[in-house]
Amino acid sequence: MNLLPSAATLAALVKIGLLVGGLMTAAAYLVLLERWIAAWVQDRRGPNRVGIPLTKIRLFGLGQPLADGLKIILKEDFTPSGVDRVLYNAAPLVILAASLAIFAAIPFGSVLPPLGIPGLPDPVPFLVAPGLDVGVLWVFALSSIAVYGVLLGGWASNNKYGFLGGLRSSAQLVAYEIPLGLGLLGVVLAAGSLRLDTIMNAQAESGVWYAFAQPLGFIVFMVASFAEAARLPFDLPEAEQELVGGYHTEYSGIKLLLFLVAEFLHMITAAFLIVILFLGGWHLWGVTGSSQEIGWIQALLRFGILSGKILGVIVFFMLVRWSWPRFRFDQLMNLAWKVMLPLGLVNLVTVATVEEFRPQLVAALGPGFAAAVAIALPWIACLVGWLVAGVFTPSGTDNTPILTHDPLDIERELAEHERLERSPRNLSPTLVGSR
Amino acid sequence: MKPTDPAITWLEEKPLGLTERLYLPLFFQGLSTTARHMVSRKVTVNYPEVRPTIGNPLIYRGVHRLNRDDAGRVKCVACFLCATACPAHCIDIVATESPWPDREKYPESFTIDELRCIFCGMCEEACPVDAIELTSLLDLTGKSREEMIFDKEKLLSVYDMTKDAEPMKSKTLAAGGMATFGPAPGSPAAGAGGHH
Repeated sequence: MNLLPSAATLAALVKIGLLVGGLMTAAAYLVLLERWIAAWVQDRRGPNRVGIPLTKIRLFGLGQPLADGLKIILKEDFTPSGVDRVLYNAAPLVILAASLAIFAAIPFGSVLPPLGIPGLPDPVPFLVAPGLDVGVLWVFALSSIAVYGVLLGGWASNNKYGFLGGLRSSAQLVAYEIPLGLGLLGVVLAAGSLRLDTIMNAQAESGVWYAFAQPLGFIVFMVASFAEAARLPFDLPEAEQELVGGYHTEYSGIKLLLFLVAEFLHMITAAFLIVILFLGGWHLWGVTGSSQEIGWIQALLRFGILSGKILGVIVFFMLVRWSWPRFRFDQLMNLAWKVMLPLGLVNLVTVATVEEFRPQLVAALGPGFAAAVAIALPWIACLVGWLVAGVFTPSGTDNTPILTHDPLDIERELAEHERLERSPRNLSPTLVGSR
Repeated sequence: MKPTDPAITWLEEKPLGLTERLYLPLFFQGLSTTARHMVSRKVTVNYPEVRPTIGNPLIYRGVHRLNRDDAGRVKCVACFLCATACPAHCIDIVATESPWPDREKYPESFTIDELRCIFCGMCEEACPVDAIELTSLLDLTGKSREEMIFDKEKLLSVYDMTKDAEPMKSKTLAAGGMATFGPAPGSPAAGAGGHH
């Protein structure tokens, strides 16, 4: 019996190592990037002191993540009394494990050129679990499991802020999974596959990114993924000003670190999905072809383009954080159920119609004109949907309570009081209490 | 005041226009503001290497100094007005008979506990002879509490250190006042006056 792992297993292990290492480093440096962008937007300079340890070399503050990480690891890992210990300890593990496992199905590049290693299928794809036909389902299932981490953390901490944060996030994430799924369905319909690498290849072959073919789906998916990643303007689960820290109020030390890393992983996942599903993945016109047989330069170029796009989306995430105020919870729900859900459905119906009648269109109009029509229709749907949503949705700024009469009308209040006093059925508990 | 008071004007929020309801125009407006600030000039400085510029040293309240007169003697006449005015009780003066004919007393010792001082500037305002002044030195640090208790010599040395950059305020004010420090609003000489 051969106890040595096969070449495919080794390749998977190498990929896992590279991916986890890369993701952890990226999460650490994204914290620095976030602080920099926050500082620049607020006309400050940001962290620029920490460089190489034990030297005076500053490197624009690039040593900051190391210092931050060491600091938080060395902090006391405090467990408050009254927590549910099992769940309290499990929550950060669940959220981090789920956030990392998502990346098993997310390609982080195209393919490597054939290596010629026996037992290894060529070409080697940049994907931990190649050939996983349910890639998109896997991603969505695990991102839903990550919600459990938030819920468990909030519930187990036995803290009202944590509890409220957990409640809010459950409502929010459930609400936004639907528009997220609807935005995604359009892409799946158009590409005809649940595999993320196939979806990227489809965009590379046609040269039309799905953001251009399905603008409405792109907007819906983008907004929903902001909410799923709990980033501003939808960061209600952890709104610092209202909930201290939300579900991780009671956590400290390395457990808090796991939560924070998972949060950044969610943002990275969202950026990956936006780029892969809607922004063409590794494809860029005139730079990367669509062929599957490529050399080393082309492989690295594709990896670089994908990473660059993802970084761009993440920077956009961070800029939005400082541009938009946080939504109120009812506004958040309004947006999800009354705006994003109908818009997602409109997009889905439009895309389904276009895909269904594409052969007839090509037959009737010729391929060039048919392609133009297939792009124009979703754009028209997007414009109409946008206008209708803007004009007809309730404006969410009004927060005055709905009252049947003027609360300051003291004469009316007194008359009412007197009437009830005299009434034989004077059993109103509120009035008895208020006397 | 009652809510029904006629002096209160109740304002209604303006209903949103079409541009506001369409949301995205305002979103891009906000995003452009953010992006503009991202590349704009920063208001903070790299502090220990770059010193912040102080707009008007005349009204800045930093470390104290004891001024000297033209003969190089301490100007203070030990009248205790500053110590009396001080809300933090951080000034301690020991007065003794003056060896000079122009005044009766002078401070044998003059101590300010900079750790207790709240830098309110009342000592400066109380002083009848413009002997105590607050400079624009802003970084006051020390490694012990004792080090932060400034005696007469130290306060005089602060004057020696800062007298060129910041002349005595009585002289500055006599020579034209604030205009030489801060540009007056709307004055064409704005920016011409800085003292450092």
